Amino acid sequence: MSIVKPLLVSMLLIASPALAASEADFKAAYAAAEAANKEAGSLRNQWTTTATTLAAAKKAADSGDFETAVAQAKEAEALAKASIYQATSEKERWKDMEIR
Amino acid sequence: MKPRFAIHLALAMFALSLVAMPLFTITARAADKIDPEADKKAFQKFFMEKFPKLKPEDFVNGPYSMNEDLHKQWEEKEQFPPYEFSLEAGKEMFSRPFKNGKSYADCFPNQGIGIRQNYPYFDEKEGKVITLELALNRCREANGEAPFSYVKDEMAALTAYMAFTSRGKPFDIKIPNDPRALEAYQKGKEYFYTRRGQLNFSCATCHVQSPGERIRAEVLAPALGILNAMPIYRSEWSGMGTTSRRFTTCNSQIRGVPLTPQDDEYRNLEYYLSYVSNGMPISGPGARP
Repeated sequence: MSIVKPLLVSMLLIASPALAASEADFKAAYAAAEAANKEAGSLRNQWTTTATTLAAAKKAADSGDFETAVAQAKEAEALAKASIYQATSEKERWKDMEIR
Repeated sequence: MKPRFAIHLALAMFALSLVAMPLFTITARAADKIDPEADKKAFQKFFMEKFPKLKPEDFVNGPYSMNEDLHKQWEEKEQFPPYEFSLEAGKEMFSRPFKNGKSYADCFPNQGIGIRQNYPYFDEKEGKVITLELALNRCREANGEAPFSYVKDEMAALTAYMAFTSRGKPFDIKIPNDPRALEAYQKGKEYFYTRRGQLNFSCATCHVQSPGERIRAEVLAPALGILNAMPIYRSEWSGMGTTSRRFTTCNSQIRGVPLTPQDDEYRNLEYYLSYVSNGMPISGPGARP
């Protein structure tokens, strides 16, 4: 019994990446990316690459390739979060560049 | 003995903090104080020292002032300037009355002639910056005409003509004694130095840190006097472009989503950039590679 449980867990861990992404996975990843990009928009600092990556995710989902769609949506979310970080850190950092 | 020493030390530190705190506050306030005149002096000094051989009035020629070969090309170009078609169209448009019989001349001081150097200005009634492009479209709308696109063609032609009638006049941007005007100026400055886009560039990355350097095949213009030549004919665009076009394309080139032309950020940016170029002559319309 004590050996079976860790074995099952490790089997699940190995098997999970191989599980095909579903439409639901895509929708969740896409919604998260869109929300982050919306926040970047409220900071007036969206990136063009976020928009193109979101579009690529949607295109992949439309063709039924949810594996790619989820990967692209996650990439878009990462880009949007980076743009939020940039906008937030630049609130003070811009002063370092100023000619005085 | 030890507790007494500790008490003395604490008292001494408290006394020191009382003396030091106002000093620190003054220093912090001095650093944060909005002082456009001091900014302008420092800004112009920076570029004059960076390019000591350049005559001050040459900065308005952008990349053509940075390189002897380019300067020769520009002199040749000026014999048959590529913006001439736009200038002629602008002159014709400017004098043609609207459907109601009025014209652009009715919307501007001095009938719109020789006034480019005073734009943008801060409108104390509205509490915002008014650029020449914005004023032109407002003039159209007030007279029952549809506004033009802010980025090219008609708007470029009109501003080309208005700049041409102001050539040689030094930029004379005023910041009224109004906290909102100072805030607009400061926000423009903040926009200028703020890194944005996936490439993490600010306006200053190219036009303060790297003027005269190449970015791919282009020679970067200095920020000093950069708006004096607007609007410009750009060979890269195969056409004319306005200040709005310059700002939005700069944003997209660094992979940032551009804002809408004449959004507050761009108006404030134009206010700041024009103010720190006060004294530099209007040279528009210009031509750029």
